[in-house]
Amino acid sequence: MFLKRFFALLSARNKEFLRDKSSTSWNIIMPILIVVGFAVTFTSDFSDQYKVGIYVGTSSNLPQNTSIETFLKTKHIEFVKITDIENTIVKIQRHQLDMLIDKSKQQYWINEESPNGYLVEKILNADGESRLKKQSVTGKEIRYVDWVIPGILAMNMMFSALFGVGYVIVRYRKNGMLKRLKATPVTALEYLSVQIVSRLLLIMAITIFVFYGTNFFIGYAMHGSHLSLFLVFALGAVSMISLSLIVAARITSEETAGGLLNLISWPMMFLSGVWFSLEGTNPIVQNVAEFFPLTHVTAAARSIMIDGAGLLENTYHISVLLIQSTLFLLIGAWAFRWE
Amino acid sequence: MSAPLLEVRNLIKHYPKVKAVNGVSINLQPGTCFGLLGPNGAGKTTTVEILEGIHSATSGEVIYKGEPVGNSFKNEAGIMFQSTALQDFITVRETLMMFAQLYPANTDIDELIRRCNLIEYLDQDNRQLSGGQRQRLLLAIALVNDPDIIFLDEPTTGLDPQARRNFWDLIESIKSEGKTILLTTHYMDEAYTLCDEIAIMDHGKIIAEGTPEELLAAHFNDVILQMPISDIHEHETLPFPSQMKKGLIEIATSDVNKTIEVLIDRNISLANLQIRSRNLDDLFIELTGKALRT
Repeated sequence: MFLKRFFALLSARNKEFLRDKSSTSWNIIMPILIVVGFAVTFTSDFSDQYKVGIYVGTSSNLPQNTSIETFLKTKHIEFVKITDIENTIVKIQRHQLDMLIDKSKQQYWINEESPNGYLVEKILNADGESRLKKQSVTGKEIRYVDWVIPGILAMNMMFSALFGVGYVIVRYRKNGMLKRLKATPVTALEYLSVQIVSRLLLIMAITIFVFYGTNFFIGYAMHGSHLSLFLVFALGAVSMISLSLIVAARITSEETAGGLLNLISWPMMFLSGVWFSLEGTNPIVQNVAEFFPLTHVTAAARSIMIDGAGLLENTYHISVLLIQSTLFLLIGAWAFRWE
Repeated sequence: MSAPLLEVRNLIKHYPKVKAVNGVSINLQPGTCFGLLGPNGAGKTTTVEILEGIHSATSGEVIYKGEPVGNSFKNEAGIMFQSTALQDFITVRETLMMFAQLYPANTDIDELIRRCNLIEYLDQDNRQLSGGQRQRLLLAIALVNDPDIIFLDEPTTGLDPQARRNFWDLIESIKSEGKTILLTTHYMDEAYTLCDEIAIMDHGKIIAEGTPEELLAAHFNDVILQMPISDIHEHETLPFPSQMKKGLIEIATSDVNKTIEVLIDRNISLANLQIRSRNLDDLFIELTGKALRT
């Protein structure tokens, strides 16, 4: 009986969405426009500003080097304190950072294929007395479009999940549709399951379409498994749909729901590392970002697409998404009211 | 009299600032239509929605087929709310099929479509239905699970007179199958036509209950004489109670002959005189002091 009711509601909900041509086309066209827009805007450089990572290590007695101190005063170069040498070297390989200086061991890393790295190295050694040991790495540049695409796809999922489920439930509650369903044998769990599955199917179909459709023309980096990426996106979508169920659990006004959904989606959009790396930002911002599902979907998808990482390497992000999905779903189901 | 299909005992529903239902007790006999009447805010809809399982009562009992209402009640009840939105972009046929699949047992859907006169609109989007078509679809949804008891909350509100008459025919045909109906309405003619028994509610309480005929007989032993106010001479004072209503003067009297004699004595024209019996509108105003429709 559960399946009969489930598929009856699922079929009706999917038909409603697919037949609403303006809504369907907007859901497909908007992500394509954003992806194409960014691809056209950022075709080559990751950033126009020079960026140098500075590692000081754990020792309090750092060797004195006046050349480094002079170099650190150079204008138009952003110096970023880093704590993880291994990850920073990967960034040098990808041209995301132009140079890394390890003050404790008096050495620096440079990408031999990076024009920016070449110029920054020239500035460092301008006085000919830096005496720093040079470490060379190589690696192709990761374009901004390659870096930003995973986040944009995840962000589109977020908007579709939050507004496509939360808003719809509130509208149904306001116009009495939910009350009518309450008078039938349908349970809240059945109804919410339908909302999750229906929106998950639509999100995944649209994401796959946008991913392969735009990749055909733009050709962005995809070094990992397509299946792993699919699973991460699916888990992220469930997490964000579940979050929208909390928002929609009791609200009866579309205006309130819209405000609340904006309040959630806008900080997520800007503080989840979709547009820029959170490294070097205020630690409070970084800690807040850890609570956003979008942060973990973006980070996991990015590592799969750019680094070729698998699910195992993303255990942390996947675990957080699983915990968030479960938690949001339980709270959403518990708080849900038909009226 | 057989055992009631639905028995409501001392139902109470209190909200923080309002006592919406304050000790309602009613019995619905199998195969009858029970009318719940009352002015806006009387507590009718709250009472019905508690019986439907939409709201919980603060206290009181609802007994269905001799047992407290349980989970299976929803399978046996048909419900038509005062206002319900239907899913957009879904056809009438799809809507009916969706609701049919939510229940373990269904009535014959083709027969339901024919009876509710929905054949012409089956492939029409719900958004394109007229008021009457929409109400017939909502009634069909309420009947889709072949219910034993049907709750109809103001089902003809907003319909034109012809659509109302058609709807009454539908309800009569449902009644003829032995279904039990609980109807709330603002229309006294509707209640008089359809209901075997009525209860009038005000301020959350039942203030009168019985068949329409019993209630009228219990409260009135007079008739109403109506004539245009313009037929009465200016400054004429009539020696019996009367009231003005929409250009008419209404005289309540238990002795028609004597009243007419008085009017003739005073040279008042009887050309436009009409005599009517007391109806449920009169009863309602008598009991609640309010007109049903303003």
